[in-house]
Amino acid sequence: MSKLIRHPKDFWSGVMFVVLGLAFVWFARDYPMGTSTRMGPAYFPTILGYLLAAIGFIVLIRGLSTQGEGFGGFGWKGFFLIPGAIVIFGLLLRPAGLVIALPVLILVGARASHKFSWRASILLAVGLTIFSYFVFIRGLGLPIPVLRGIGG
Amino acid sequence: MELVEHIGIGLTSALTFQNLLYCFIGVVLGTMVGILPGLGPVATIAMLLPATFALPPVAALIMLAGIYYGAQYGGSTTAILINLPGESSSVVTALDGYQMARQGRAGVALATSAIGSFFAGTVATFLIMLFAPPLAELALKFGPAEYFSLMVLGLIASVVLAHGSLLKAIGIIILGLLIGLIGTDVTSGQQRFTFGVPELSDGLGFVTVAMGMFGIGEILANIEHEQTRTAVVAKITKLMPSKEDWKRIIGPILRGTTFGSILGILPGGGSLLSSFASYAIEKKISKNSSEFGKGAIEGVAAPESANNAGAQTSFIPMLTLGIPSNPVMALMVGAMIIQGIQPGPQVMSEQPALFWGIVVSMWIGNLFLLVLNLPLIGMWVRMLTVPYHLLFPAVLVFCGIGVFSLNNSEFDIYGMALFGIIGYVFTKLECEPAPMMLGFILGQMMEEYLRRAMTLSRGDPMVFLTRPISAGMLIVAAIAILAVALPALRKTREVAFQE
Repeated sequence: MSKLIRHPKDFWSGVMFVVLGLAFVWFARDYPMGTSTRMGPAYFPTILGYLLAAIGFIVLIRGLSTQGEGFGGFGWKGFFLIPGAIVIFGLLLRPAGLVIALPVLILVGARASHKFSWRASILLAVGLTIFSYFVFIRGLGLPIPVLRGIGG
Repeated sequence: MELVEHIGIGLTSALTFQNLLYCFIGVVLGTMVGILPGLGPVATIAMLLPATFALPPVAALIMLAGIYYGAQYGGSTTAILINLPGESSSVVTALDGYQMARQGRAGVALATSAIGSFFAGTVATFLIMLFAPPLAELALKFGPAEYFSLMVLGLIASVVLAHGSLLKAIGIIILGLLIGLIGTDVTSGQQRFTFGVPELSDGLGFVTVAMGMFGIGEILANIEHEQTRTAVVAKITKLMPSKEDWKRIIGPILRGTTFGSILGILPGGGSLLSSFASYAIEKKISKNSSEFGKGAIEGVAAPESANNAGAQTSFIPMLTLGIPSNPVMALMVGAMIIQGIQPGPQVMSEQPALFWGIVVSMWIGNLFLLVLNLPLIGMWVRMLTVPYHLLFPAVLVFCGIGVFSLNNSEFDIYGMALFGIIGYVFTKLECEPAPMMLGFILGQMMEEYLRRAMTLSRGDPMVFLTRPISAGMLIVAAIAILAVALPALRKTREVAFQE
């Protein structure tokens, strides 16, 4: 980390607040502001957005002036694999069905763990898919496509 | 007497077969997630919310409540047996509980914890019955200004009592309020921050956000520090405390129940703060204070009573005012809204069977837990060693199917993944995700009350200070912020949380 940013967690939290606060203010410009008696749709978000940005600015400054520990690594593997597995699940669910999408979700997601093993994960995928089929589709009757061409 | 009548209504509602069953399922699930590593009550309740849509409101809420207080019991089991608190509210229990287990007194520690929790749960349930009606009656007189100030107070108090940076927590709340505004503005019909995405016109799904932040976000944070539990669980032989033990635990249980009940009502207080505070107090006043940390039975009895009492009384603001005091209560409010019940003081008078049924079911749930935890402890112990790399894919499955079934839409699946990432980034930045949920659920309500208050006062913001109840609440909120901001007090607060 650079020497200027002495408390990276505070600094970047501050940056996040400032950016998001101002973003809400910016997008709220398109909506009518109204008056304090009859508040328009922009009124409340604009106040909150400025407030958030102000708080973010103080936190940001604090990140420059106080000492704090770094992030201690970032779990990139999980960061990509878990949300990635969920997105693939979403993409597969309708065209392929639960019986395909669920094992893919489990096998891709489980790889995020450094204790991943094919054997245990495949067993888990088979077990959970059978369980889900009976509980969610047969039991609760959720209208989820089971396999392409069959069901919902 | 009115109280008897209320208990009667509650009993008739809670004792139906269906409600008993869901109460039982709730506490079993709660105990389970309390014991399982890396899975908390918030994530579990979020995961199960879609499954409760099909249930009648009473059964759904009874089950969700059961998960919350059931997790308090389960969390203490792991704290005592393997020195790993399942829930943050059991952290202090581990100090003396684990030492007791090492001395071969695991059974007594578990029994003390269960008995203390049961006693505290029973007292807290009666406190809810006593205090909820007058509070709701008072709240019915609230105008929009009072409601707005109450929400400000609730949100401020929830971060003052939480740990971590106050300023960041307030930022997170405001962010939550803003995210809660996404969707169609109730008053003007204007689409806000939707960017033409039709799925966003109803706002972000509450369940989607909660599952993402707490379910998926927690997985991301957990797999980073994944470790195997090498649990060498001591054989549990003797369960019942001896006569000597009983003498030592009565005082701590009574005091723990009292502090827990009071702290639980405060927004953000709940079970965590209660257990810490009561442990510190017992350590100060006990004549066996030298034994604390080395297996003092008082050190188990007091925090365990306190956290359960706190968990129960934290329902009071949610049930009477419709204001959630912690993320679990925010989920309960969300569940009520989805069930078509507008949370607030009118719930008690309009839906007495629902209200009193939930309250009475809590006592029944505590009774179930006592039975589940004492004789059946051996069964739960086996769950202690479920490895996380086999558990989290199952969580993914439940979240994935659950979130899709909300609207049968892939949009919610992607939304959940996105909020999972946000939740993980928050953890990395040491921004607690919990206050965001409170803001998220209150966003639109707060805006509406602000609008109405300002319209009634013809645009004069002084209305919040000229109305006495509203002014009082804002003053308390201001004092709370000042108290934490002052360095001297900040130090003691940090010490209290480190202990």
